[in-house]
Amino acid sequence: MSLITTPNFSAADDFYEVLINAHQDLSIEESQAFNARLVLLLANHIGSFAVLKEALQAARKMESKLTP
Amino acid sequence: MHPIVIIGAGPVGLTLAIDLAQRGQNVVLLNKGKLTASGSKAICFSKRSLEIFDRLGCGQRMVDKGVSWNVGRVFLKDKPLYGFDLLPEPGHSRPAFINLQQYYVEQYLAERAAKLPNLDIRWLHKVTAISQTDDATTLTVETPEGSATLQAQYVVACDGSRSTVRQLMGLESTGRVFQDRFLIADVKMTAEFPTERWFWFDPPFHPNQSVLLHRQPDNVWRIDFQLGWDADPEEEKKPERIIPRVKALLAYGAKDKKSVPDFTLEWASVYTFACQRMASFRHGRVLFAGDSAHGVSPFGARGANSGIQDAENLAWKLDAVLRDQAPDTLLNSYASEREYAADENIRNSTRATDFITPKSAISRVFRDAVLDLAKDYPFARTLVNSGRLSVPATLHGSELNNPDEDTFASRMVPGSVALDAPVQLADGTVSWLLPQLQDGFTLMVYGAALTTSLPCQVLQIEAQNAFTNPGQTNVLIDHHDLIAQRYDMQPGTAYLIRPDQHVCARWRQVTPEKLQSALDLALGRSI
Repeated sequence: MSLITTPNFSAADDFYEVLINAHQDLSIEESQAFNARLVLLLANHIGSFAVLKEALQAARKMESKLTP
Repeated sequence: MHPIVIIGAGPVGLTLAIDLAQRGQNVVLLNKGKLTASGSKAICFSKRSLEIFDRLGCGQRMVDKGVSWNVGRVFLKDKPLYGFDLLPEPGHSRPAFINLQQYYVEQYLAERAAKLPNLDIRWLHKVTAISQTDDATTLTVETPEGSATLQAQYVVACDGSRSTVRQLMGLESTGRVFQDRFLIADVKMTAEFPTERWFWFDPPFHPNQSVLLHRQPDNVWRIDFQLGWDADPEEEKKPERIIPRVKALLAYGAKDKKSVPDFTLEWASVYTFACQRMASFRHGRVLFAGDSAHGVSPFGARGANSGIQDAENLAWKLDAVLRDQAPDTLLNSYASEREYAADENIRNSTRATDFITPKSAISRVFRDAVLDLAKDYPFARTLVNSGRLSVPATLHGSELNNPDEDTFASRMVPGSVALDAPVQLADGTVSWLLPQLQDGFTLMVYGAALTTSLPCQVLQIEAQNAFTNPGQTNVLIDHHDLIAQRYDMQPGTAYLIRPDQHVCARWRQVTPEKLQSALDLALGRSI
């Protein structure tokens, strides 16, 4: 199994909305803690170390493109 | 010229000296001070160290005096998070760990050493210069009687983290220094905590930091308080600073005010630590073992235990080289195998330290998220790292390993330490597998007889119901079927075990040619 990067959401817009709403009223610190918990929950759900490494690399590459 | 001079009579130097002397070598062991470490220093001695001490004739004494334990518990604030059992299966002679003050370990080893006439221990001998040629090493030593010169074929530096030998040779041990301070206090008291390793993150009695509590013999308790990088080490060493910290813990643990035990402070120290190692553990005729070669943080009991395993890895190899049974290059495998093991220990120790002392703001965010989730979700508890406790490294990829030709469903791959199991001797006595292994190579064969002229002990393992002749001394009955399970034994299966009890080859059917070739490989004759 490798990281799915083609569209895979059952309801993309709905997910995005609840993601943003979940952060409502949180301070930056609370949002950061929330994100960390979310990453850990999702990472355990994925489980496969190979897939997780691919995701980390993909996220890191994106960041370096955005930050000059 | 002396065949072997060992420098440093701590647990590592003593282990090495005894092992070599038991093998018949003449050994000189130099120590700059007198016997006995001050304070208790290392306290957790692992199952593997105990198995090594068994081979050296002093394991039982350590176990009798030590506090045996297998279970650890982790707490977050005032709530238990989870517990772990380091030896969840029965059928092992030794527990996962004993806690025993280093000064007892050194005393018992020194008393064992004193019984070996070919082991010459010289206290108050300090090395001040070292040089080597292709053929010999020359040491200058300050003694109470003045300066002396010693020549040796091989020198082993077991002289600790601030190794004099390493400094005299201009060598370094490098790595990461962690920006945190810990107070370590040994406290004498009658307390009712169980015989378990207890670790708190952010407890009410020492907020925002971690605390470790451990029982030692003689009603001594080891308490480790994380202090943070800003703590003043000189101030924190003072009893008036230490006593309130201990009182806070005891008041927290007590049922009521009346049951808070009285205590006396036996020893205390404030320390920082580094994970580091030398680039190479061998420099010509000088070899490095234990803390002189590598250092780790204490949260995994990987310091003294890995040093003791260095010693046992080196002892049989030095013996074989000095007897011309193996080329000098066999000693290169000491360096490569134990550097590999050191890297594994450093990796585990660094990970635990990064969890206990997060090194960046985001690292702290994730650490706290793990602890937060661990209260509710079992998956997060697997990430909680209060120290991954010492297990022997499996020497994957060692050049001494015979690559598997057959398929096995067992953890006993070439490079792993042979697992213990209960056995019944041919005369009906119940015993354990590991003590049946002699000082040389051993071939364990399951359900078949084998005779060989090769220099190797043969142990024939038979199932409970197999026909055996009570007169045969080399037959072991696997009366709990645990050897069969742990080694995936089938009739004819054979394991070749090195003198340091590591598996180096295994076959479904062994032939004299295969055995010869594996022995040559393990003795470095075919490299």
